[in-house]
Formats: sequence, C-alpha cells, structure tokens
Amino acid sequence: MNSVTAKNIIKTLLYLLLIGIGLAFLAPIIIVLYNSFKGKFYISDDPFALPNAGTFSGIENYISGIEKTGFPAAFGWSLFITVFSVIAIVLFTSMTAWYIVRVKNGFTKALYYIFVFSMIVPFQMVMFTMTKTVADLGLDTPWGLIIVYLGFGAGLAVFMFCGFVKSVPVEIEEAAMIDGCNPFQTFFHVVFPIMKPTAITVAILDAMWIWNDYLLPYLLIGSEYKTIPIAVQYLRGGYGSVDMGAMMAMLVLSIIPIVVFYLSCQKYIIKGIVAGAVKG
Amino acid sequence: MALKKWFPIFVLPTLAAFTIVFAVPFILGLGLSFTEFTTVLDAKWVAFENYIRAFSNRDFLNALWFTVKFAVVSVITINVISFALASLLTKGLKGTNLFRTVFFMPNLIGGIVLGYIWQLIINGILQNIGVTITYDAKYGFWGLVFMMNWQLIGYMMIIYIAGIQNIPTDLQDASKVDGASRLQTLRHVTVPLVMPSVTICLFLTITNSFKLFDQNLALTAGAPSKQTAMLALDIYNTFYGKIGWEGVGQAKAVIFFIIVAAISFAQLIFTRKKEVEQ
Amino acid sequence: MKKIISILTVAVLLFTVTACGKKDTTDKNNAKGDNTVYFLNFKPEVADIYKEIAQKYEAETGVKVKVVTAASNTYETTLKSEIAKSDAPTIFQINGPVGYQSWSKYCKDLSDTKLYDYLSDKELAIKTAEGVFGIPYVVEGYGIIYNNAIMDKYFALKDKAVTISKAEEITNFKLLKEVVEDMTKHKQELGIDGVFASTSMSGGEQWRWTTHLLNMPVYYEMKDKSDDSAITSAYSAKDIDFKYSENFKNIFDLYVNNSTTEKGLLSGKSVENSMAEFALGKAAMVQNGNWAWDQISKVSGNTVKADDIKYLPLYIGIDGEEKQGLCIGTENYLAINKNVSEEKQKSSVAFLEWLFSSKTGKDYVVNKLNFISPFNTFDDNEKPDDPLAREVISWMEKDKTTVEWVFNSFPSLDFKDDVGNALLEYVQGSKSWEDVEKATKDSWKASRE
Repeated sequence: MNSVTAKNIIKTLLYLLLIGIGLAFLAPIIIVLYNSFKGKFYISDDPFALPNAGTFSGIENYISGIEKTGFPAAFGWSLFITVFSVIAIVLFTSMTAWYIVRVKNGFTKALYYIFVFSMIVPFQMVMFTMTKTVADLGLDTPWGLIIVYLGFGAGLAVFMFCGFVKSVPVEIEEAAMIDGCNPFQTFFHVVFPIMKPTAITVAILDAMWIWNDYLLPYLLIGSEYKTIPIAVQYLRGGYGSVDMGAMMAMLVLSIIPIVVFYLSCQKYIIKGIVAGAVKG
Repeated sequence: MALKKWFPIFVLPTLAAFTIVFAVPFILGLGLSFTEFTTVLDAKWVAFENYIRAFSNRDFLNALWFTVKFAVVSVITINVISFALASLLTKGLKGTNLFRTVFFMPNLIGGIVLGYIWQLIINGILQNIGVTITYDAKYGFWGLVFMMNWQLIGYMMIIYIAGIQNIPTDLQDASKVDGASRLQTLRHVTVPLVMPSVTICLFLTITNSFKLFDQNLALTAGAPSKQTAMLALDIYNTFYGKIGWEGVGQAKAVIFFIIVAAISFAQLIFTRKKEVEQ
Repeated sequence: MKKIISILTVAVLLFTVTACGKKDTTDKNNAKGDNTVYFLNFKPEVADIYKEIAQKYEAETGVKVKVVTAASNTYETTLKSEIAKSDAPTIFQINGPVGYQSWSKYCKDLSDTKLYDYLSDKELAIKTAEGVFGIPYVVEGYGIIYNNAIMDKYFALKDKAVTISKAEEITNFKLLKEVVEDMTKHKQELGIDGVFASTSMSGGEQWRWTTHLLNMPVYYEMKDKSDDSAITSAYSAKDIDFKYSENFKNIFDLYVNNSTTEKGLLSGKSVENSMAEFALGKAAMVQNGNWAWDQISKVSGNTVKADDIKYLPLYIGIDGEEKQGLCIGTENYLAINKNVSEEKQKSSVAFLEWLFSSKTGKDYVVNKLNFISPFNTFDDNEKPDDPLAREVISWMEKDKTTVEWVFNSFPSLDFKDDVGNALLEYVQGSKSWEDVEKATKDSWKASRE
C-alpha cells in the first residue's frame, strides 16, 4: 500500500516537472506573441508585461511589419524555393544514388566519397568562391537557387539514398529489366516506390534546412527576392532603425507556418529526423 | 549492365550542380587561400602570408576560443538534459507524446527568428540589473548557450528516446532480477546500448555548435567589440566587412574547415571504437 | 499529410504563375538591350521615396530603375556582395576619399557628364588626375537639435541657475553644460525624462557618436596641425594624437549623464528610440542632422512644433568656439559602376541627370527627399521646406565657421566600430576613458598601416 502511494507521489512530481519544463519551452514563443500586440516603444521597456490599455496597439505592428517586409512575397519566395529545391534534390539524387550503387566501378566509388566528404565542409569554406561561380553563370536568381540547393544538398541525400539502395535486393530490378523496362522505367516503376520512406526523410530534412536558410539566399538573391529569414533580418536597420513592433509581428508570422506544418505532419517529421540522424 | 550508358540522365544533373556550387568553389577556395585577391580573377601568390595574418588576427583567435568554449558548454548541457528528458519520457507515463511534441518544436524554428526571440527574452531578464545582452561578452555567451539548448534539446531527446526504446526490455528486467541497482543497470545495460545514439548526438551537437552562424548574427552580431563573434561570423565579417582581406578570409575558412573535419573524424572514430569495446 | 501537400502544391503553383508572369515583362525589356538601372541606396530612411521616384521615372521614360536599400551600417558589406553578382549595381555610393580608394576599380570617370556640369562648386567632387569619380548629391548639417518650447519653459523658471534667457545665447560648452545640468535638476517641472534623448548604443546605431561627434576633436586636431582642409589632412594622417580627447569625453559624458535612459540600458536603444523620445517631448535635445526630420515628423503623438525646432552647434569646449557653426558637408557621393554594360552606364547617368534637373525629379529631391542639393539646376526658391533643412541653410548664411565633415576621412568602417565598441564598454563601466582613448588611437593607426 505504502509503495503505491509513494509511486503516485513520484508520478505526480514527474508530471509537475514535465509540465514546468514544457512551459519553459513554450514561454519564449508566448512572450513574443503577446508583445506583438504592444506599441513598438513599449516592448523593450518591459518585455514580460502583458499588454494593457495603454500599451495595446491591436494589429498595428502586423500591418506595419507586413508593409515593411513585404511578408506575403517573402512567404511566397520561401515556399517556391523550398518546394522546388526539395523536389529537385529528391528526384535527382535518388537517381544518382541508384546509379552509384548499381554501377560499381572506381569512378562511382570516388563519386560516392566526394559526395560524403562535402557533408563535413562548412559553408564558409566555399562561400566567397561559390558566390562568384554562381554569379558568373547567371544562376543568382530564384530558379538558379534551386540548382545551387541541389548541389549543396547532394551530399547528405546521396549518402542516405545509397544506404537504402544497398539494402534493396537487386533481383526485383533485374526482373523488371527482363520484362523490357529500360533503366529509366525501372527506376520510376520499381525502385523509386520502394525508396519512399527514405525520400520522405530526405525531403523533410532538406525542407527544414532550406526554409530556414539565411546566408546562402541572402548572398545570392537577397537584395531582390527576400525569403522569410532575410526579411526578418532586414528589419534590423533596413528602414533606418529597428522597429521592435514590426519585428515581433514578423517573428510570429514566421513561426505560424512552421507550427502548422509541424502539427500536421508530426509523425513523418519525427520519424524523418530519427532516420536522418541515425544514418547521417 | 545497360544502366551504365544512362549516366547523363542519372548522374549528370546532380554532378553538374555539385561541381558548380561545391567542387569548383572548394578547389578555388583552397588555392585562393594562398593568394591575395579581391575578385577571384586578380589573384597574386603570397604563399602562407594569409595564414600568418589569420593567426595573428585578434578577432580570429578570439572567435576560435569563444567557439570552443561555447561548443564544450553546449555539448555537455544539451546532451545531459536531453538524455535526462528522454529517460523521463520513456518511463511509460501517459501523455508523453504531448511533451515530446512541445519539446521538439523549437528545433524547427530558423536561426534568425530564434535569435530575435531570445534577444527579447534575455534583454527582458537582464533589464532587472540594468544592462542588455551586449553589455558584456559573458551575457552573450550564456545567451547563446541557452538558445542553443532550447533549440537542440528536443532534437537530441528524440534520438535518445529512439535509442532507449531499442533496448530490449527483458534485458533490463533480467538485470533487475540479478539484483542490480538502478545505477548499475544504467551503467552496464542502458548506457552501452544507447552508445550509438550518444555518438550521433555528440556528433550533431559539436558540428552544429561549431558552424553556428544565423543565431549568432541575430542574437548579438558579435557585440560587444566582436567578443561574441563565433568562427563562422568572423569569417563572414572578414570577407564582406573589410576590403583587402579576402585572402585572409579564405585562409580562415580553410582553417575552419580543417577544424570541423578533424573534430568530426576524431569524434566518430573515438565513439565507434568505444561501441565495439563494450 | 496529403491535404497539406495538395495545399502546398496549389500555393506554389499560384505563386510561380504570378511571380513569373511579372518576370516575363521585364525579360522582354531586357531583350531590347538591357538598360535597367540598379541603384544601391545608402539612406534607409528614404527608401520608399526612391521606390516612388523609380516608378515615376519608368512611367515617364520606360527605363526600369531597380532600387535596393542596404540596412543601416551594412552599406559596404551589401555593396561588396552585390557588386559580385551578375546583376550588379549600376549606381552606388562612396563616402568620400576613403570610399573611393576601396572602390576605385569600379568608379567610372564622370568628367564628361552633365551631372558634373551641374555641380555648383566643382571642388566638392571626388577628383584625381585621371578624372572625376564621385559627385556629391546632398549637403547636410548636424548639431544639437533642441525643442525651443521646452527651453523657453526652462528659461522662464524663477530658480534657474544661469543668467541667459534664450537657448540661442548658448555659445560655448561651459554654458551648455550649466544649462543642461540645471535642466536635469528641474526635469520634473519641465515634464521631461532627461535633457538628452537616449545615446543610442545598440549595434549599427552608434554612428552619431563614432562619426558625427568624434568629428569634432579630430577636426580641431587637424586644424591645429595644418592650414589645409581638415578632410585632406585627416585623409593622409597615419595616426592621431587625440589631443582633444578630454573635450570629446566631456560632451559624451554630458549626453549620457543627462539622458532619458539609464546607462546600462543604452545598448538597447536605437536612433529611432531617441528620435521618438524627442518627438514626444520626453527630451529637450538630441544630436542629429537634418535628415532626421522625417523620423521626427512621422512619430505618432508628435508634440514638437515645426517652429520650435532649432539647432545648436556641437560645442566641446575649444577656445574661440563662439564663432563655430554647424557641421555641414556631405558623405554621399554618387558613382557609376564602370564594369556594367555601356547601355547601363548611359541609362544610369541619364537617370541621375533627370533626377537633379527635370521638374519632376527636382520636385522629389526638394519636397520629398528634403535634400539641400549642391547643383546649380536648383533655383533659390527650390529649397526644402522642412524646419531642420531651413535651419541648416540659415546657419550656412550666418557669419560662423562651418565645421568640415572630417569623418569622411576616418580610416575605415572597422575604426568606427572599434570606437563604438570602446564607447559602449565605457558607458557600461567595463572600460575607462583611457581605454577608449587608446582604442581610438590604436585602431586609427592599425587601419592606416
């Protein structure tokens, strides 16, 4: 009997602890949320105070923030670049990975290692020279950026797809080939459908990376096409001075799509993260 | 095999993109670190001068040291806390999914947005003692550590949960039957079996800490006096903030690359070896 | 998941269609020989006005003008990353001889342009033996802006500690200090939080001190050294003695000790905060230039009347400073990128000539940008009408010695950052004034090596 009550007490304490930690995790977002409804000069005076009659400013910050940053366009560009880059990465690197695993020779082996090697190279190493080569080829446009992301995303994606293809029995493909499929048809009818779980993992990892990426799009297209992170960063000083109100409103607007996406595809995201981490 | 001829379709697109944005710039970057240049095309050979200038550059040494300190502190805190949370959440309590959802969420928020969220919070707290985050490098340092913890704990926790759930429960039961204490079970059963997760988490937190840029830029932008600028930000500042320092910037970038690569390898080899021993 | 994917697909398609639809029209323009102007703007506070001008110009001539504005304190970094792009800026700005030195590889010779002909005083341009590379387009003045309504309220006080009765009678640092410190004692009666608006010290917001205020001691030091223009001497100075460091400290201390904001919180304050405090009547004085009018007038709840806004010169306690006027000059020189196509160079020059000589262009320059222009295309009645600009013009006409903008010759952006960082740490108490002095001297020397 005693041990049961002791267990219950421990359980309650554990729950309290978890709830406390959970609140600590949510607090920053909630604080930003209610600050976004305060007048811009009141925010830094006392960030933790809830808005009151004197400091409440309605949706004024949202209006000025959207006006200043062109948020709808930024959202559009972020979406455009993310979606098309992810499609390009999943499509092309899965094909490349299949080729690398199935055509075994010195060349493909070298290719594989070069791709894997690129994963550990920090962006700053190629930042300056990459900006130059990309600009010289006229790829510093939103469409060109898709190609740039394909290049930078290739390392991790090829690595993960290769890991998966190695576990796929070659017999299925051979059967398809004998049935008269060319490699292209075989890949899309037989191989790619089997790869789907890995494809989802790659897509989620890359989507998170590209959606949040700042420096690369800033250097290549940032002056003309602002993605969400660029628009947020530009609020600091881009209009003469920092407007804390607009900043808070834009932080809220940038978090909303992420939360919606997360809550609706949570299962896939968490699975993808685990799979990606284990293999990466 | 017929596949071989299909190289242009299967490999060329990826390889072309990879060559343009990575392979060529990488080799160019290596070469240019030994030259003085402003636009890539006007390079003049200067041998190791850029490296000498990089290592005698106060900002760079400061950034290096700051980054190392930051990485050590955040790697320890993040892994300890996330491991603790993971063991809490695998105790079979009800509603753990909800907590998992909440803890993981910050990880999806981008670095720039994270930086500004935390700037507000930290300045709000520091206001009570009449200062702001850029008052002293130590505030910036702990601000970055807090932010990094907030962002990565959920992520690492998920990986640890996956690792712990892979432990067969009968093994734990068996050790209990054998009269092992809780601590002994943890040490001799749980820890060795979650070693692969530990490898992954250490690897991820170290590289993420070293490469941190967006959060650093948004939270402190290096203030005060560039004391809180980490390596990636310092390299960016060298390239774009100073004219005539492009070669030094590239040399710093190469050094940065070597450090990150060395850590990644050393860490992987070390933990892999440990896994086998156990 | 499926639903989300279909929503995403629709959204992306819609965006692609609209965005690329827009793109097509510009592409057609490009096909005719690309003459698009790309203007990299330095002044964030007037970014929107330039966009309007660009639209107007395109409607009038069919030539597209792309305006990009660099965030404050990032002009050099933005220019550096932009100029490497395939679509590089065609018009950019250099800040004086130092800027020209950095960007000389890109500056086109403008001696044959009408724009150069328009310049009233040709000596203002950045010139070398090879040609003319930078043309100033705006003359600005700065000093201490004060709200005369509050000052009058103070001078009407029975127990004031000074004998003068008008703010205009403040003609040296000693008097300024007496008035300011006495005002601080009476701040409740005056209804202000502090005499000076916040000394903004957050990142990118320190330029009022590291350039404009530091200008004063350096100007006097250079004047002592040679009879040449202080700008020229500072440009070639390998190092500085920082002889008037104490004077610089005095005025800076005066700002900080009589501020609306506690010292520790200054690092969170921006220029906009300061200007808002001034506009709302919470502060009586603020150091800034005539470009600030836009910021002051846009603050909602603005209590400062246009007629009450006046200037005081930046007195720092130099002998004979009673004759000193405002700091008037320019740090804004237009340059044309000679590495873009011939068409683009031509259309860029044409755009600037239109802006500073056509009726529509001049109207924008005078009434929207509020620029005091150094061009002879502007008549005497074509002067900006905002109170700060009017004040600057009236100070130019007074019998006072205008202080040159020596900060154009400060060695580098790094130098300004170093000084700013040292000042911040001084304000916060973690560094002494000797450290600031040393940082300033060392950084100057290091930047010139």
